[in-house]
Amino acid sequence: MPLSQIEQLIKGVLKGNRKSIAKTISLIENDMPEAQKVVSLLYPHTGKAHIIGVTGPLGSGKSTLIEKIAKEIRKRKKTVGIVAVDPTSPFSGGAFLGDRVRMQDLSTDEGVFIRSMATRGSMGGIAKATKDAVNVLDASGKDVIIVETVGAGQTEVDVIKIAQTVVVVLAPGLGDEIQAIKAGIMEIGNIFVVNKADLENVDKAVGAIEAMLEMNTQKKDWKPSVVKTIATRGEGIVNLVEEISQHKAYLDSGAIHVRSRQRIEIELEEAVKRRLTEVILDNLKRREEFHELVDKILAKKTDPYSAAEVLLEGKLKKYKGN
Amino acid sequence: MTAEKKIRVLVAKPGLDSHDRGAKVVARAFRDAGMEVIYTGLRQTPEQIVETALQEDVDAIGLSILSGAHTILFPRIMELAKKKKLDDVLVFAGGIIPEEDVPALKKIGIAEVFGPGTPTDTLVKFVRENVWKKK
Repeated sequence: MPLSQIEQLIKGVLKGNRKSIAKTISLIENDMPEAQKVVSLLYPHTGKAHIIGVTGPLGSGKSTLIEKIAKEIRKRKKTVGIVAVDPTSPFSGGAFLGDRVRMQDLSTDEGVFIRSMATRGSMGGIAKATKDAVNVLDASGKDVIIVETVGAGQTEVDVIKIAQTVVVVLAPGLGDEIQAIKAGIMEIGNIFVVNKADLENVDKAVGAIEAMLEMNTQKKDWKPSVVKTIATRGEGIVNLVEEISQHKAYLDSGAIHVRSRQRIEIELEEAVKRRLTEVILDNLKRREEFHELVDKILAKKTDPYSAAEVLLEGKLKKYKGN
Repeated sequence: MTAEKKIRVLVAKPGLDSHDRGAKVVARAFRDAGMEVIYTGLRQTPEQIVETALQEDVDAIGLSILSGAHTILFPRIMELAKKKKLDDVLVFAGGIIPEEDVPALKKIGIAEVFGPGTPTDTLVKFVRENVWKKK
């Protein structure tokens, strides 16, 4: 793609042109050669949006809740970007991206941009390109960006790499009292929502979450809150959006710099890992030596760790012992 | 390391159909064939369909309709698609669409119309062979 075309795309994104945004996200998602250039050009224009990660188990009502949150935010005259992530089938490589079904009203709102993404092999609950899609929406001027992750147990924790405010959505009777206790989820959530609050055992669920939060002895300035909602009826939404605004205010008061630094460290680490894999690992995998070592491991003549050392012989000298 | 380019298809139900069994079967077939399928549910307006296609940067749109309103809705959809410059998107249709209506639909840019009972393999093959042709 000629530089002039890239620059046209960037210009379009910065103006908020929806087609440019869509095309740019595709470019990055397909890892086209121009993707890196595009991300570099857009990066200086990011950092203004409030990024909210919404995570939680399947069936908790995340999509419906996000639609309501977006509508409430729109009432406050702010623009919204939504990235909805669904899993890629490990067998076919395809994906059924159905989150928009719950967000039909928003498709023709000019102040909302929704993009559905498949994980495409990423192990976490978010796609590799999700962060870049968020950057594009940020650079395009969206005030709030909501990322809906695949609710799949411990991989939900991945959302912390992207979001400034993490909203965990649970529902009574999904076994979530136990789910909530799983390592990570209780520590990364800034706001906990018990959706479908018209169901039985809602107060039990709220109680269980509050009890777990009390057990987190880490001294934090932000005390995570628990909000009850009935997304399908639009109840509890104003309350929830208020809590989200409160968290934003807390972040703006200084905490955001610590969080930003943490997120960016992870981003840089991942960018380096990606290049290392491309440059070194792919190279090693193409060698005869690699396949000979696999044969040796199969024959129990060596083990994976020793084999790895053999492959990397001499290449790591520069870094060992530093 | 370049990621594999996936075919993104929007399966849309314009108008007031009350069930989407067929559309869902088609959507699943595309997914099983390795494509990313955006499914938006029942009762979509032409505006919603075209805007979704734009935001999702789809390569193809499959319109599923049972109500007979295709003579009104399809031209509206194609008009909006043209307006938003979605010229390189492959548009095809299926459902209850009489044979005699097909030539007029092809004239407005619907690449192919598939009747009920069309094997999903035929649909998958069609999409694979015809997407990205205009690009």
